[in-house]
Amino acid sequence: MNELALPWLEMAILSAVVGATAVGRLRSTDRVRKWSVFFAGCSLLCVSGAWLNFQFLDANEAADGFQLAHRLFGFNAFVIDQLNAPLLALVALLYFLAIVSTLRATVDHFSFAWTLASEAIALATFGTQQPLLIIGLLVLGTLPPLIELRTRGKPIRMYLLYMGLFVLLLVVGGAIAEKERGLGEHSLWAAAPLLGAVLIRSGIAPFHSWMTALFEHASFGTAVLFVAPIVGAYAAVRLVLPIASDSMLQTMGLISLMTAVYAAGMAIVQRDARRFYCYLFLSHSALVLVGLEMITPHGLTGALCVWLSVGLALGGFGLTLRALEARCGRLSLADFQGLYEHTPNLAMCFMLTGLASVGFPGTFGFVGGELLVDGAVETYPHVGLAVVLAAMLNGIAIVQAYFLLFTGRQYFSSVSLRIRIRERYALLALAALILLGGLLPQPGVLSRRNAADEILKNRAQLQPEVASEESPRAAYLWSD
Amino acid sequence: MEYDALFHALGLTVLCAPLALVMLLGLASLVGHPFGERTVGRLVQFAIVAGLLASLAVLGLMLWTGTRQVPIALGSWVVLPDYQFEVKLEFDRLSVPFVILSFVLCGVVGSFANKYMHRESGFNRFFVFYALFVLGMVITSLAGTIETLFSGWELVGLSSALLIAFYQERRAPVRNGLRVWVVYRVSDAALLIASIVLHHMTGGGDFDRLLGNMVDAGGVMHAWPDGLAHIAPHQALIVGLLLLLAAAGKSALLPFSDWLPRAMEGPTPSSAVFYGALSVHLGAFLLLRVSPILDISLALCAIVVIVGLSTAIFAAFTERVQTDIKCALSFASLTQVGLIVAEIGLGFRYVALVHIVGHACLRTMQFVRAPTLLHDYRTMDNAIGAIPANHANGAPQWIPVGARSWLYRFAMERGYLDSLLSEFVVRPFVSSFRWCDRLERQWNDWIDGGPASAPIADHGSATSVTLEELL
Repeated sequence: MNELALPWLEMAILSAVVGATAVGRLRSTDRVRKWSVFFAGCSLLCVSGAWLNFQFLDANEAADGFQLAHRLFGFNAFVIDQLNAPLLALVALLYFLAIVSTLRATVDHFSFAWTLASEAIALATFGTQQPLLIIGLLVLGTLPPLIELRTRGKPIRMYLLYMGLFVLLLVVGGAIAEKERGLGEHSLWAAAPLLGAVLIRSGIAPFHSWMTALFEHASFGTAVLFVAPIVGAYAAVRLVLPIASDSMLQTMGLISLMTAVYAAGMAIVQRDARRFYCYLFLSHSALVLVGLEMITPHGLTGALCVWLSVGLALGGFGLTLRALEARCGRLSLADFQGLYEHTPNLAMCFMLTGLASVGFPGTFGFVGGELLVDGAVETYPHVGLAVVLAAMLNGIAIVQAYFLLFTGRQYFSSVSLRIRIRERYALLALAALILLGGLLPQPGVLSRRNAADEILKNRAQLQPEVASEESPRAAYLWSD
Repeated sequence: MEYDALFHALGLTVLCAPLALVMLLGLASLVGHPFGERTVGRLVQFAIVAGLLASLAVLGLMLWTGTRQVPIALGSWVVLPDYQFEVKLEFDRLSVPFVILSFVLCGVVGSFANKYMHRESGFNRFFVFYALFVLGMVITSLAGTIETLFSGWELVGLSSALLIAFYQERRAPVRNGLRVWVVYRVSDAALLIASIVLHHMTGGGDFDRLLGNMVDAGGVMHAWPDGLAHIAPHQALIVGLLLLLAAAGKSALLPFSDWLPRAMEGPTPSSAVFYGALSVHLGAFLLLRVSPILDISLALCAIVVIVGLSTAIFAAFTERVQTDIKCALSFASLTQVGLIVAEIGLGFRYVALVHIVGHACLRTMQFVRAPTLLHDYRTMDNAIGAIPANHANGAPQWIPVGARSWLYRFAMERGYLDSLLSEFVVRPFVSSFRWCDRLERQWNDWIDGGPASAPIADHGSATSVTLEELL
């Protein structure tokens, strides 16, 4: 395996772990924020270093040359490849931006220490290819929101119910798949529970109620960071795609397609900004799953592009809503708020990130959206057009929310609601990425295509009956 | 060879002038340091003049060299093994007049708006949206592939909706902006589906290939409007209907005509350039662009004619009972657009193009004069002692009185299109999703222990806006 010049991934994860431990001991709010920014920044730098290093290697995958994880676990636990290289950067960036843009007003509800701990778990999840490790980390990842909900005295039953089922299905599916390792083919008993777990974690209807509950009760930052990287999609690629049959995936694709349309429609009728965001996100994450479950180069490439663009755009969109909430409290969409005069930059960012999420021309998601629609029509000739319907409804929902939040009346405030300097930098960085990715899409799309090819090769290797060509390598534990 | 390089440079200038304007104005706003009014005015002037001169130069060069069609490939935006997203401009007998028209009218209106919007709090915002609109128009006009056309089409839609809601402290403009956006999204979806279907039929989105704008085996050049599309009649009908739906949404043809008067809530300059001149003709432009597809299916042509004529008749009646000058002008515009669409369906492509150019210029002039109408009347009154009587309004006397009253009500209610849409589309949609929402909330409350857990009272207030109301 190719070797990275430094143990970048381990350093990124370690930075977040050390940060979580260190800031948990601090009492001064200012120092907590400052050190959190530092540790999250270090993680972001390390992950960016890993990505750059990986690009220069021009390889399909690479691991730490110092073999740190190998010495600890006995195998290469953290490997960077075509799929996870930009996703790791996305995760680190989202956590960094969330921490940077946290205002004093929300510090009481938002635990920096647990956020850094979540970041470490998320980076570790996206940094590994090993199914059992992924399952363990996915289980671990459900804990920080639960702890926050409990600490704040919020209802946890809904979250516990669905996450409990998620964990159960993961463990059962993982255990059966592990047992069947080396048999050459995996049974439905292994794939179905794993697929169920993925559907729950991705909030595919009717397994999505935990997400609306989380958005209603947890701090907005925690909820956004828990869902925005779309960990469910990662689990789908690493755990389910290699072993599930085509028909199973296509059936699930159809369910995801229906969820995309249903959630988009629900987003339009919401009167609470958090629930609106939740449904908007559900619709988009369902679209990503639709693409992943197509198992065609077009569909997969589109889904992987949309995954990145949705993570970035809706992550930014969520952070914008959070910034507004920090100024005005819980936002209602039942009436016009008229916030534009006070927060013009947030309004612009809201519109830009919102439109980027629906693949508006000139933004990051445009080409990915086109590929996804193309793939959907190819795979599901009659119902594939529902992707267009979902995008249409999402576009309407976003502009409607923009009008309701920023226009319609004059908002009077006795204090300045203007954007703070750190927020401005965070939003500018997001805007730059969204627009640059939209104007120069070729590198991003090509890297997603390479990742899609890798996924298809691995799947072909594990399921010889669907193989169209010989795969050059074996990357998954399921395959021995 | 040297002409190719010149065409390429000029084509790039036509595209880059509005693009640079968008980037400059947009980035300045994004970083929180918008330009002053004078600078904005100069930038707009410079960009429009540069684009106009370059497009005039292209026209001159085309006439000089006797070329009817100049495709300018700007390279592939995305290249994958089995997918290519080409950016290509097409200068031909359709796009050149349309892009020149766009630059001329946008230039006039930009100059007018510079004075009209003086010291408005949203001066900079107006010009950002205006620049976005110009860019969208140029991209749509010159698009050589259906994907490129779609990009411009969406930019035009977004800028239009945001400009209608320009006076954003009031609710009415915002509601109308959203209404227009909803119709535009439907139109965008239809265009996107049409482009995908065309992709699957012909293997690409290049207009030259789709519409047969190329040299045939006999060495004859088939440039617009003489292209020969190579698809079956039933395929042409399906794609054509989708394109007609897209065009109907954008040009306010029936059954989407009700948004046009709503769009008049925006500032007069934007109303002039959007709904008097350019945006409202974009649907007709799309039909002209894909006219080789219309040629294949007689049924499609008949449908286009029917839609065009019925829109023209509907708008002609409705225009007569309007009490607001901008609404009257908007329906007068729609009458002409309906006729233009009918001309396209009947196969009179050049007539339709000339009609678009003439009508757009006249209507822009009328729109920008609209705010001073009362002043004009007063001047006329002072000069000649009376205001000339308006004999244009009123139904013809040969129509029975009962039918006249019905027609009057029909026209006053703008064909009941608003109510029909609310009753049969918006209400069922909203009711069904609200029902689902209620069920979901009940499930959440049951599990989590009652509605007291919901931290926000989102069941509406005395002043809350329902979606039906918003739309």
